[in-house]
Amino acid sequence: MSKVTTKTLIKSGEYYDSVTIMMLAKKLQEQAGVVDSAVVMGSKENLALLLASGMSDEKLQSATHNDLVIVVKSSSEELAIQAITALERELSPQKKATTNTSNRPITTFDSACEQLPGANLALISVAGAYAGSVARNALEKGLHVLLFSDNVSLEEEVELKKLAVSKQLLLMGPDCGTAIINGTPLAFANKVKQGSIGIVGASGTGTQEVTTLISNWGGGISQAIGTGGRDLKEEVGGLTFLLALEMLAADPKTKVIVMISKPPHKSVMEKIFTLTKKIKDKPLIALFLGANNSELSKQMPNITFVQTLEEAAFKSLEAIDIVPLKSSCEENLLVAPLVKKISKRSPKAKYLRAHFSGGTFAIESHLILSHEGIAPLYSNLAVAHTQKLGNVHVSQGHTILDLGEDEFTVGRPHPMIDFSLRHKRILEDAANKETALILLDLVLGYGSHLDPLSELLPLLKQVQEVPMIFSVCGTDLDPQVRSKVVSELQAAGAIVCNSNATATLLAAQVLKALNERRN
Amino acid sequence: MNSNLFTSPLKVINIGLTSFKEALDQVETPSLQLAWRPPLVAADLYKCAQKTLASNSKQQTIATANKLAVEKLLAARPTLIGMGQASEVIPGMHQDLILHAGPPITWERMCGPMKGAVIGALIYEGRAPSFEAAEKLILDGCIKFDPCHEHQCVGPMAGVISPSMPVFIIKNESEGNLSFATMNEGLGKVLRYGANSSEVISRLKWMEQELYPLLAETLKAIGNLDLKAIMAQALHMGDEVHNRNRAATSLFFRQIAPVMAKLPGASEALSFINSNDHFFLNLSMAAAKASLDPLANVANSSLVYTMARNGTDFGIKIAGLGNRWFTGTAPIPKALYFPGYSEADANPDIGDSAITETYGVGGMAMAASPAIVQFVGGNVSDAINYTLQMYEITACENSSYQIPYLNFRGSPTAIDLLKVIDKNILPVINTGVAHKLPGVGQVGAGVLNAPSEPFVKAYLEFIESIK
Repeated sequence: MSKVTTKTLIKSGEYYDSVTIMMLAKKLQEQAGVVDSAVVMGSKENLALLLASGMSDEKLQSATHNDLVIVVKSSSEELAIQAITALERELSPQKKATTNTSNRPITTFDSACEQLPGANLALISVAGAYAGSVARNALEKGLHVLLFSDNVSLEEEVELKKLAVSKQLLLMGPDCGTAIINGTPLAFANKVKQGSIGIVGASGTGTQEVTTLISNWGGGISQAIGTGGRDLKEEVGGLTFLLALEMLAADPKTKVIVMISKPPHKSVMEKIFTLTKKIKDKPLIALFLGANNSELSKQMPNITFVQTLEEAAFKSLEAIDIVPLKSSCEENLLVAPLVKKISKRSPKAKYLRAHFSGGTFAIESHLILSHEGIAPLYSNLAVAHTQKLGNVHVSQGHTILDLGEDEFTVGRPHPMIDFSLRHKRILEDAANKETALILLDLVLGYGSHLDPLSELLPLLKQVQEVPMIFSVCGTDLDPQVRSKVVSELQAAGAIVCNSNATATLLAAQVLKALNERRN
Repeated sequence: MNSNLFTSPLKVINIGLTSFKEALDQVETPSLQLAWRPPLVAADLYKCAQKTLASNSKQQTIATANKLAVEKLLAARPTLIGMGQASEVIPGMHQDLILHAGPPITWERMCGPMKGAVIGALIYEGRAPSFEAAEKLILDGCIKFDPCHEHQCVGPMAGVISPSMPVFIIKNESEGNLSFATMNEGLGKVLRYGANSSEVISRLKWMEQELYPLLAETLKAIGNLDLKAIMAQALHMGDEVHNRNRAATSLFFRQIAPVMAKLPGASEALSFINSNDHFFLNLSMAAAKASLDPLANVANSSLVYTMARNGTDFGIKIAGLGNRWFTGTAPIPKALYFPGYSEADANPDIGDSAITETYGVGGMAMAASPAIVQFVGGNVSDAINYTLQMYEITACENSSYQIPYLNFRGSPTAIDLLKVIDKNILPVINTGVAHKLPGVGQVGAGVLNAPSEPFVKAYLEFIESIK
């Protein structure tokens, strides 16, 4: 134990009221190394008190009732001086006269609406157990809501949506990841060009893919409205989807409407058909991933049904006579060299390993591969024609993984932000002789990883032998700048496609060619 | 309404992930972060409660009840009408009864300062010659204890009132109900901090035998004294009439001095009042009590009409739940301590003085009292923020009690239990800190938030009770 030092400072003729002195005493006691301390006016009584508590030295005898007396007992002389210096700074007059009420935290919608006049949307991402009541408060205040939170019960979703519709307000969500309102990307979304294509999407990454492709190919987005993944279930009845359709139909800036979802429940589909029949002046494009399009086309000839996200973007541009500025990525030319490379590495290499951070990409790829006759497909998806993976943490045959599923995300950030889990998996697959190809999505934009190259370039360096095909979802307006990301990935040896559909088709062609070669 | 969304500029209130707000800043969309806090009750209970409250008729019932309660509170006209001896004027007071601050408590659970004050009162009453004799009397069961609040009284700190003590009589002119409070003894070694030495007892005797007759006669000569007017003026003069009563005491002094000065022996009495900045505190408390008591009869109202501490428990009462106490552990204030003392010396929060906050002054009106804001260890803006935040949990603004800095906005008044729970904002209370040992006195002062426990308990009961 080091020796305790006592330091005294007397500031003559300086009067402070008792409250200031208490405050100073508290500050002083908090300084590093301070064992005991006192700040008092030098009255006889106070000096006697200090003497009695052993906080005194000879200097104190000179103090008078007009002096401020500061005594510090500290573990070292140095710290004692530091503490006293810190206190003297507190005493300097500049410290005073700060009156700042603007940093007061705003805790209610009432005061928030006062502080931000004209507020019209609440972006809610609090814990699911409370998200419903927060959303209800926002709706009561007349705000449209993007409810990013998940774990809101279906029952509560229905109640909230009924309330929202009664007030003609949009309730996007729960578990709504993406929207673009008046050009502003919300939650996980991209900065796209503004234009005349309006989107209603029950899928977040699906909406990101379509909006970015449209923007990259020369078009623009009027509005992209998310509905949350359950909106088109029977119980919810498409409440948000239908309101969004009505709003887009009434919006003069929107010239064409794109719908993106898994196939709606039959009863909801009927409501959509009834409503869309009334929309006569705007072309309608629908992607109901996995639905029987020829059947639907017969029922609703006024809607153009498409198979992929890319096709949805393409058709919507066509509908308003924009020729897509689709760069000529000659995927076909890549097939032969890839087959050669894969065969050279190992005669056993025949399987695709596809690891997605976007759930809709996983489903879309599964549909395309299945359609191309690649089978059997092992996945963790709830889709037709799939085999459940025995262990989701180990690849098996052609593996298609949605890394955004709960089994991967509990207790860790979303794979669009945190690449570590996917990287580990890629390295495992790359070390496996059966792996022919690795197919990946990379989602840019707000909410996603802000510097994906810092993690992907080292990975590409490590995995030279197994070809990696990327689709990069994003625009040059995004903070990551898509073209920069693409060119650096390519320079590092990756194959980069414009869309997930293109990337998947390329993979399918390579797999088929490999298969033919073997036979 | 929705047609505006696409045609008017998007302005976003963000609740939750701050990264979403940062993204909005990057694309230059006007936005604001809401500092959201989960409600005070557990998620499942809260959901249940929300479901119960969701019915329009229940919301209407509560709104109507609260409106009535607010009307009563704002209409209250607390007036000092005279003085009397506790045993003669306080309803239910008797020779074996000692009143104390806060919710009900047994002798065994009383904190040091309260025990000290009770013993001091028994010595003062001549019931016991010594500390030991007084304690024996209590242990033998000869003395009954009751909260001041149950007898239309309030008392600062230990809040002890015994039968012989002279008390002020305050009448709420709008409803006719009365309240009572003792005269403030000053600072230092005083009964309300548990001191019971002969010096304390003889001061109490002097107050009873000298001060009381003079003051009573003075008040009789003056007639009724409008306490609301004095408090309103004091707020304009830098008081919040809880921890700072310098202006109110001065105003009171100006009212009585010209009359009292003519009476024989007045000089000592006047200088006693003059030297005690807190003399008015007991009057502001009793004024608040008289104004709030009529809320006890407003069924279905979610307004808080009592907050009080006995140094062990912190208790509240809710208008719609009648006379029931809801209690939790009294917190130890985070305070600034006088030289030589620290948090280790502090007694848990004590006193009926939180009635001032319940009434919309005290901590609720901190913005009116920049002179005491350093109690918070902060600056003037902190005081203003305290008051601004309290508007979030109150049902009305009392235009009689204005805050100059806020453009003479009325003080935040009538704490609404439902808002406290929803917003997870607890009432702010200005407080003095008592030493945990009897008789040492005040060791610091500070600001604290009421504990959540009594509010949570009351909330769950209240939800059940709504018809």
